[in-house]
Amino acid sequence: MRHGFEAAILALLGWVSISTAQALTVYVSNEKDNTISVIDVGKQVVTATVKVGQRPRGIILSKDQTKLYICASDDDHIEVLDLETLKLIGTLPSGPDPELFVLHPSGNPLYVANEDDNLVTVVDVEKGSVIAEIPVGVEPEGLGLSPDGEVLVNTSETTNMAHFIDTRTYQISDNVLVDSRPRFAEFTSDGDQVWVTSEIGGTVSVIDAKTREIVKKIGFEIRGVRPEAIQPVGVRLTRDGQWAFVALGPANRVAAIDAKTFEVKRYMLVGQRVWQLAFSPDQKLLFTSNGVSNDVSVIDVEKLRVIKSIAVGRFPWGIAVKE
Amino acid sequence: MAVKQHVVSGGVELVWRFSIGVIAALAMVLWSRAPGSAQDVAIVRIAYLSHVVERPPKLSNLELPPQDEGIRGGQLAIKDNNTTGRFMKQAFELHDVSVPAEGDPAVAFKKLIADGFRFVILNVPATRLVELADLPEARGSLIFNAGAPDDMLRNEGCRANLLHVRPSRAMLADALGQYLMSKRWRSWFLVIGRREGDRLFAAAIRRAAKRFGGKIVAERTWDYGADARRTAQSEVPVFTQGVDYDVLIVADEIGEFGEYLPYRTWEPKLVVGTQGLVPTSWHHTHEQWGAAQLQSRFRKMAGRRMTALDYGVWAPIRALGEAATRTGSTDFDGMVGYIKGPDFELAGFKGQKLTFRSWNGQLRQPVLLVSPTSLVSVSPQDGYLHQRSLLDTLGYDEPESTCRLQ
Repeated sequence: MRHGFEAAILALLGWVSISTAQALTVYVSNEKDNTISVIDVGKQVVTATVKVGQRPRGIILSKDQTKLYICASDDDHIEVLDLETLKLIGTLPSGPDPELFVLHPSGNPLYVANEDDNLVTVVDVEKGSVIAEIPVGVEPEGLGLSPDGEVLVNTSETTNMAHFIDTRTYQISDNVLVDSRPRFAEFTSDGDQVWVTSEIGGTVSVIDAKTREIVKKIGFEIRGVRPEAIQPVGVRLTRDGQWAFVALGPANRVAAIDAKTFEVKRYMLVGQRVWQLAFSPDQKLLFTSNGVSNDVSVIDVEKLRVIKSIAVGRFPWGIAVKE
Repeated sequence: MAVKQHVVSGGVELVWRFSIGVIAALAMVLWSRAPGSAQDVAIVRIAYLSHVVERPPKLSNLELPPQDEGIRGGQLAIKDNNTTGRFMKQAFELHDVSVPAEGDPAVAFKKLIADGFRFVILNVPATRLVELADLPEARGSLIFNAGAPDDMLRNEGCRANLLHVRPSRAMLADALGQYLMSKRWRSWFLVIGRREGDRLFAAAIRRAAKRFGGKIVAERTWDYGADARRTAQSEVPVFTQGVDYDVLIVADEIGEFGEYLPYRTWEPKLVVGTQGLVPTSWHHTHEQWGAAQLQSRFRKMAGRRMTALDYGVWAPIRALGEAATRTGSTDFDGMVGYIKGPDFELAGFKGQKLTFRSWNGQLRQPVLLVSPTSLVSVSPQDGYLHQRSLLDTLGYDEPESTCRLQ
């Protein structure tokens, strides 16, 4: 009963803070539906569902925010969606089975993890051509780029390493062994650290970007949740260096971590099997893709509260937010 | 890629196959960007020995197991290990020996040990497996059981140098039993084949019934013989008549008659067990938790679906890969210590880390429940609790195990 009451209050609160974010649009890839859901955050509804290629997973906005790049994993290419017309306007080569990617701060190139081929492919988004292929460990997935764009970190899920790659030479300079099944890498905004999640290991490794040593391994403990169900995947860090948010998969929670002390401050209950996270541009809201409950949860970053959930397609995977 | 070589050894003709391991390892080393020559690379040599005594009857089985079952899983794991090994200056080789039904696996095993192999993966019948593990030559080696599901091996037949990758019959039966109970299908009609394995599977089902509260309302032995293709429609209704039950559980491990039970029972009832809804460690319909990636890597390499035996050979080689990566060494004692130690975890595409039970060397793992074309469920089921790991609700738990490792 109490739960329902809280939910009602939260929904009310949600309405208030969400309506301040009228202009936001959230894009979500639905892995099993082969669609992209377009959410009008002000109205809290899906306003369009766009049919795209097979098994869309990672998605990312172009630098000018006019296009959405989509990893169509089973079509072995990247699709380009025009956000004005919501029409696919082209494809980019990606190498086989593209899963997740990251865009250079200048807007070009795109670094793509090819899960089936143990490669990271570097794609020129202007010319639509492959610049380089970098051999990495088994099942590459996570990609993090330093703020200056000089260091790319790729995690390989079966090799269990974070590979540090020089983006000028495409050479691997260091390999840092982390816990099992690393899925995501994210640099702090000052570029000093890389946060890497290990899904099966159940931990987050904080790696010093200079020494390439693990300075902290963060574990999680949630009352009433089996340790095996705590499976960290997506990570987002606030620009002010205050907070780290980690999606904990089938634990159905997002952990809010003090990024300075590495202390877990709160676990926020979201939808089922939460994987990826994305901030609003002002970082006041955090959106989560919940693969099993087929919805997106909206978190108020300041209050550390879940304020809304919005139904999307089947197996929501990637998530991107546009102002 | 495989080179076949016939070697006469002890009067038994063995087929020796060199896997892609050596060549792949060498290529990796040459390709490696890291400075240093091939001499800097430490090599882990692993052997796979299979001795299949009885194959499914050709007559009644529509889908025969592939000839290269098992070894292909091993080759994929070697490939995965070598990709990682590139960053660690480690390389892995797999040597594959197949002993014909009339041959003696002990001869082949002794030869492997003499050739310096200390990690041996076995797919041999349970009684032979114990013999091999007890050989004086086996001291100082680590054996992985990839094929034998016998509970005896996890109890009185356990050995300190022996780890089990394949789930035991008790684990499979418990996985199925939990699911049936969660569906409230409590009355079980047990149909047992004429082979020893069938009787053992039936015993595991009886044990599961006792543990989870199922009731075996009838037991019948199928002794109509091997080929039921023309006669099933008349025989099965009569055979299943006069029993009031929820589900029929069939124990026919080799696949002699079980496929002929569904749709032919007197009552319109479901068939589970070794046919129908089947508990297994791996199946081609499993795609959760990144399994789709392993399945597609396997299909690309082998040109067919990955089977439970392929997984049974893949997993130990990946465990050895993990041990070498995590300890940063290929030292035998160090690797074995790591695998048996508290820090070991294997990401086996089953949604949680896999570890070995300290009391009998069994790999803890979720068990898939599958029909031929779909994954139905994964056990342990919700609500079956355990103070240590939910996975320990499957099979012989520590207090029940009669295994006494020193």
